[in-house]
Amino acid sequence: MKFAKYQNRKSNNCMSGAAIIVKALQEQGVEVIFGYPGGAVLPLYDELFKTNNLRHILVRHEQAAVHAAEGYARSTGKPGVVLVTSGPGATNTVTGLTDALMDSIPIVCLTGQVPTHLIGTDAFQEADTTGITRACTKHNYLVKKAEDLADVMHEAFYVAASGRPGPVVIDLPKDILFSEGPYHKVEEVRPCAYKPQVLDDEKKIETAVDLMAKGKRPIIYGGGGLINSGPRASELLLELAELTGYPVTLTLMGLGALPASNSQFLGMLGMHGTYEANLAMNQCDVMLNIGARFDDRVTGRLSDFSPRSTKIHVDIDPSSINKNVKVDLPIIGDASMTIEKMIKIWKHKGYQKNDPQIKEWWSDIEGWREEKCLEFKQEGKIIKPQYAIRRLFEKTANKDTFITTEVGQHQMWAAQYYGFEQPNRWMTSGGLGTMGYGLPAAMGVQIAHPESLVIDIAGEASILMNIQELSTMAQYKMPIKAFIVNNQWMGMVRQWQELNHGSRYSQSYTESLPDFVKLADSFGGDGMVAETVDELDGVIDAMLNSEKFFLADIRVAKEENCFPMIPSGAAHNEMILNSGDSGVTPKTTTAGMALV
Amino acid sequence: MSESLEQRHTIALLVDNEPGVLARVIGLFAGRGYNIESLTVSEVDTVKGYSRITIVTSGTEMVIQQIKALLSRIVPVHEVHDLSIEGPHLERELALIKINNTGEQRIEAMRIADMFRARAIDSTLTSFVFEVTGSPRKVDAFINLMSAIGNTEVCRGGVVAIARGSKIELGAPS
Ligand SMILES: Cc1ncc(C[n+]2csc(CCOP(=O)(O)OP(=O)(O)O)c2C)c(N)n1
Ligand SMILES: [Mg+2]
Repeated sequence: MKFAKYQNRKSNNCMSGAAIIVKALQEQGVEVIFGYPGGAVLPLYDELFKTNNLRHILVRHEQAAVHAAEGYARSTGKPGVVLVTSGPGATNTVTGLTDALMDSIPIVCLTGQVPTHLIGTDAFQEADTTGITRACTKHNYLVKKAEDLADVMHEAFYVAASGRPGPVVIDLPKDILFSEGPYHKVEEVRPCAYKPQVLDDEKKIETAVDLMAKGKRPIIYGGGGLINSGPRASELLLELAELTGYPVTLTLMGLGALPASNSQFLGMLGMHGTYEANLAMNQCDVMLNIGARFDDRVTGRLSDFSPRSTKIHVDIDPSSINKNVKVDLPIIGDASMTIEKMIKIWKHKGYQKNDPQIKEWWSDIEGWREEKCLEFKQEGKIIKPQYAIRRLFEKTANKDTFITTEVGQHQMWAAQYYGFEQPNRWMTSGGLGTMGYGLPAAMGVQIAHPESLVIDIAGEASILMNIQELSTMAQYKMPIKAFIVNNQWMGMVRQWQELNHGSRYSQSYTESLPDFVKLADSFGGDGMVAETVDELDGVIDAMLNSEKFFLADIRVAKEENCFPMIPSGAAHNEMILNSGDSGVTPKTTTAGMALV
Repeated sequence: MSESLEQRHTIALLVDNEPGVLARVIGLFAGRGYNIESLTVSEVDTVKGYSRITIVTSGTEMVIQQIKALLSRIVPVHEVHDLSIEGPHLERELALIKINNTGEQRIEAMRIADMFRARAIDSTLTSFVFEVTGSPRKVDAFINLMSAIGNTEVCRGGVVAIARGSKIELGAPS
């Protein structure tokens, strides 16, 4: 019924559903699929068997397939593709899909389904996949006729990658894979109602530039939207920063959008952001948010978030605007296109940088920088986690390096102590905070960049959540390095228990960790332990020199906490700077205790 | 803060008539804790395969903005119109009300029904089924009166709404 006139398209090109899918994947430029077979998708695997130029990476768990596809997508800017079977195959993808939805990663996930005549009968390995994934995808499809397949395939790629990107599921009943249908090329597909706006009114952008130029204490606050917009957005951001002379802070998802070494970069903001970034956000009078979403990890207590600023928010997703924070000037559009216009207008109007007011603002900022909030002292033999990551950074900064992380303290230390000079080099689970993300994500990155150095900065607890992927890494000879910041604790949980629950460490200590070196060995990789500071460099060197995958077990100070920190429910100017500070700073409020 | 004032909004959507579209709309409200006061849906264009959904909801200005942005983001949603702010519009609702009563009360029921232009479409010696249409407020009033003079069973069709004036708002030929 839908799109009746498109039902009459002529196509002499009839083939099986499975063949339509493979052809569409090829036309979409897909080079690799991350997947795991099963009964419902066997016809598709059969078709893949006959296809030469479409690589399939066999993961060891479907969740890992999605994270690998995320790593692939985030490091290349292209959608990642996943293929899994019905029932348990599909349900195992749910965490990965939710992760991709939260972090706006384009994924096309093909799930098998029982044949159409068995849907709804509780058939073997039947799950209501479109029902289950409705809330964790940008969109999903249940294909009921082979005639719809080509349209759906192409539309799925369009929906996943355009506007604010996200995961799309296509549920494929087994009979559809066998039955014949017409193939349609991209340019012949039926129209799609989804048409995101990519550029706003020029007048609004002009107003934004005027507001910025008038700012006495301006700040640019960038997020993951800059990365999603493509590398051009980062180039333009740098140009805008240099043109205006304004300070820039980035969210966890935005790291790399401005070179970390740039003198105008204040570091990451938010719960574990720098003192200078958070205070500048608190004190600014004009805020230009580009592609960030005022996440609660960033804003702290909303009622005291940047109380005196005029807020401009550029976002491609209208529903991100005025969601948490009411802004003065919303601009809907793509980051690159919008910044490009801003630069043009700024130049055209002859605005200049460096007026005395801005100098004063910068001198305030320099004062906050004097706090040296990320400073730490490496004393004694025990390795400080911050030092371990700093050394890793120093030893890999001049290489072609990609970093993924797991979730916890090590993730925050990685964000704080590893400087990213380029976009697409940093893959982390921001919105969902998924332990077990880093190792499979690294696989996706390594597949996309076979010659590059790919390192998962891991926690010993998180990495166990998808440790089975060592087997995948062995099979495809991926020389991924896992740099395990091993504190024997679920450090981030322990830290919260220390701060908020009277140091009652309920269930946050791992009693029996594996011997990571033997574990690596058993899967066919290398591993080494660093117990003391003098062993650290040697282990990093060995890791970098190994041609196999490598587990570096870095034994770090067990009770180190991650600072600076804005306690839950506190404001930007109520940061705890270091452990000595926690006694004097306000305790987490009752309202804050309820927050996550 | 006027921003925290909750207001009632009537939102009209034009969507592809396909399985799951209603679940997406409802799921959005359920998943984010927004309330639905009334929801109606029916196919309105059999050629293009469009359905029209009318939702009555209430929330602060920020919440209503969010709801509309989130609805627009759903792939099979073609158009989102906030009839409450786009200009004058009409709202109508159909209700069927069964009432049990006898004697004086029965005559009273007929009298009130007359005033509301409700039609009796079924009758026994001790009951009527009335059909009433009108603005949601008129229907409320009728039901309130009826329940004061007998035991009632109520079925309401939900609000349907359209803008006044000559302009074709939803599904205008492009
Ligand atoms: C799948 C999942 N389960 C639980 C959590 C809650 N959580 C956040 S951090 C953390 C501890 C992580 O420990 P580890 O990997 O050792 O990292 P560390 O904080 O010690 O650096 C936990 C349990 C989570 N983020 N993800
Ligand atoms: Mg740990």
